[in-house]
Amino acid sequence: MTLDAKIPSGPLESKWDNYRFSMKLVNPANKRKYNVIMVGSGLAGASAAATLAEGGYNVDCFCFQDSPRRAHSIAAQGGINAAKNYQNDGDSVKRLFYDTIKGGDFRAREANVYRLAQISNSIIDQCVAQGVPFAREYSGYLSNRSFGGAQVSRTFYARGQTGQQLLLGAYQALERQVALGKVKMHARTEMLDLILINGHAKGIVVRDLVTGKISSYVADAVVLGTGGYGNVFYLSTNAKGCNVTAPWRAHKRGAFFANPCFTQIHPTCIPVSGDYQSKLTLMSESLRNDGRIWAPKKKGDTRQPHEIPDAERDYFLERKYPSYGNLAPRDISSRAAKEACDEGRGVGPGGKGVFLDFADAIGRMGPDRIRERYGNLLHMYEKITGEDPYKQPMRIYPAVHYTMGGLWVDYNLMTTIPGLFCIGEANFSDHGANRLGASALMQGLADGYFILPYTISDYLAREKPGSAKADAPEVKEAEKNVADLTKKFLSINGKKTPDEFHRELGNVCWEKCGMARTEQGLKEALKKIPEIREDFWKNLKVTGSGEELNQTLEKAGRVADFLEFGELMCLDALERKESCGGHFRTEYQTPDGEALRRDDAYCYVAAWEYKKGSASVLNKEPLVFENLQLATRSYK
Amino acid sequence: MDLTLNIWRQKGPESKGKMVRYEVKEVSEHMSFLEMLDVLNEDLIKKGEDAVAFDHDCREGICGTCALMINGDAHGPEKGTTVCQLHMRKFKDGDKINIEPWRAKAFPVVKDLVVSRSALDRVIQAGGFISANTGGVPDGNAILIPKKDQDTAMDAAVCIGCGACVAACPNASAMLFVAAKVSHLALLPQGKPEAKERVRNMIRSMDDENFGNCTNHYECEAACPKEISVQFIAKMNREYLKSMGESTRLKERLGES
Repeated sequence: MTLDAKIPSGPLESKWDNYRFSMKLVNPANKRKYNVIMVGSGLAGASAAATLAEGGYNVDCFCFQDSPRRAHSIAAQGGINAAKNYQNDGDSVKRLFYDTIKGGDFRAREANVYRLAQISNSIIDQCVAQGVPFAREYSGYLSNRSFGGAQVSRTFYARGQTGQQLLLGAYQALERQVALGKVKMHARTEMLDLILINGHAKGIVVRDLVTGKISSYVADAVVLGTGGYGNVFYLSTNAKGCNVTAPWRAHKRGAFFANPCFTQIHPTCIPVSGDYQSKLTLMSESLRNDGRIWAPKKKGDTRQPHEIPDAERDYFLERKYPSYGNLAPRDISSRAAKEACDEGRGVGPGGKGVFLDFADAIGRMGPDRIRERYGNLLHMYEKITGEDPYKQPMRIYPAVHYTMGGLWVDYNLMTTIPGLFCIGEANFSDHGANRLGASALMQGLADGYFILPYTISDYLAREKPGSAKADAPEVKEAEKNVADLTKKFLSINGKKTPDEFHRELGNVCWEKCGMARTEQGLKEALKKIPEIREDFWKNLKVTGSGEELNQTLEKAGRVADFLEFGELMCLDALERKESCGGHFRTEYQTPDGEALRRDDAYCYVAAWEYKKGSASVLNKEPLVFENLQLATRSYK
Repeated sequence: MDLTLNIWRQKGPESKGKMVRYEVKEVSEHMSFLEMLDVLNEDLIKKGEDAVAFDHDCREGICGTCALMINGDAHGPEKGTTVCQLHMRKFKDGDKINIEPWRAKAFPVVKDLVVSRSALDRVIQAGGFISANTGGVPDGNAILIPKKDQDTAMDAAVCIGCGACVAACPNASAMLFVAAKVSHLALLPQGKPEAKERVRNMIRSMDDENFGNCTNHYECEAACPKEISVQFIAKMNREYLKSMGESTRLKERLGES
């Protein structure tokens, strides 16, 4: 199949403008005849559902949480980028575009990223109008701060809770439409299959998580805004409920999955403390401004940190990257910490940790200044570890944080299934092989408020409203598929819990497809994952019934999908014989250990096609750079 | 450490519930409270029993999903902390811990420790927003907001909607939750045009949802994991008074009581 990204012709600056003019519109009186299904209620989903409803469409919005306000966008701390240039420091749409493409290591589409940068400014205006309390200066003007990967201050923020405030803005807009009767909200309802009629996405099958009832909804188009798949690693900074089920089941119905191996690992998280560990907690990257990262020089050094003299400490980031030091980018810092631990120089339980030390900064500025800057974070660290970071260095270790890969979408954010759209972290579109800080919120809201509402109209204008019927044979087939699967989970009655399989899978993915990947390791993973999957279908134990709230059953379904998806992720990592962004193949590095990109052979989007009963097929969408020159990142 | 847990088990909304005793052994002090429950659930599943249902998601104190009464305290003994951030080092070997769901008429039990808090969503639907459709809004810097107002609005806006204020209140009142949203939006210039309708509609909705009245116990503030101040309740009461026209004030009051 040839992938047509449908990128409009013409100069980069005017593509989106011209394209909007060329798109078909739906007359306001006709909009109310169309129904749209929105799966997910995070930044992308809630903003899209609200905007579509404001425009006149009828929307059914689904989320597995008890309220749309719980979606994991809420946990984003740092901020949201926009090319406002309020600071008069040389920022522009073009610079935000350039930084994003470069940060993504030249593996994203120019046209999409340029549009994202253009829209960034409208997002800030929209959020202010909704009452999002962004930080202000004494003058009353909006405040900005700087963030990784940029030399300008373009990040807007609301204390350390920017994601929360933006999500609540979108959630409130959504609830307003619920009150107006334009959105019907279905909380605690999980999408378990996609319904295709005549090749078009026309509905979904869901399970009511409270009653267990399996039912279906039909509509004129379906949108997925279901977030990323970081939990394939079991331990990540994602919420416990985050899963790949909706996109994966859409994938099995024909939507291509793009660049699954592009995953982002954040260097500063609180390390694992034991086997019972259920998730990892992020410590903001800003700590690296004043903290120094080190590991003991000696292997297996069990002394307390204060007993280790300076000469026996290895400040490895400062040593390897003298010009960026402790502020080296996320992927590089993460790998360096892993290397130190792999050499047996890790600290804390299991040797999986390095120190982030504030002693020098406290000595220089006093504890009060440090408390003022980082008090909240240090307090959270103390709550979780019981250790006082003012007295002893913090222990940190990298953790999976964000996934750049996702369902393949064209410029319209439509997948390879007509009528199925995908927005936010769930699609692959804008971050290439690595996402810059404060860009996830920007992309989610750009997709939801300003892109999808236009592009979906262009699709709907060509469709007759209400053509899909609830009693179509395709609907019954999909419902039966879900009911059978649910029964199967409950009937195996083996010995292992869903979490046990999830941990096993997570461990393989982390070891073989985490911060550094090798051909041999990936081949081992590709052998191991099918074995775990086989064991899963023989030995799974799910208690309770299908006709009630059953969290064990929910988990089993999500783990079953991760067990299939994990294999594709490793296959993608094996096929991509280069290093770029978050994807580091040990075989492809420069003599001094940096990522070696291979633009001659791998400057493409890998879009995987599902084949039932046989191997997935790789389709390539070449990436063409007409406005920027491919360059190598350097942080030495 | 070894612990004795008394956990509320209830099959469904209509079933009768009861406290059930469980012994958990060798709990690490580094575990979070929810991880301790995870371990218990893994054991229960292996024994062929139903896992204890409890709500949780982000496990970093921001999504507001987790909600447990621990020994009678909403979110447990640590101040300014959600259950998911509570760690077992706050307990000691041999402790007996009672774990119950939020108790309030407006929060019916779904199963075990899971309750429905959709009443809070409906209170927001009644007016907890600014009616700004997407597009057609002014530049962000065209609306100047004094830093002090912005900061105070943010102090209220940090509410995570967990419902601990309701669970802690002897009257199961949602005053702190409603006050936080009313204050956040009333403090900002963008929120002023709808301020009167907002406060009245939200308060009416709160009453309709069977939340109780405020009798100044301040248990809500003590339980709030984000430490939102009861001063916002005073702010809301003032907004409510302001929302009544001088001539209609008495009529309104009579009409609403």
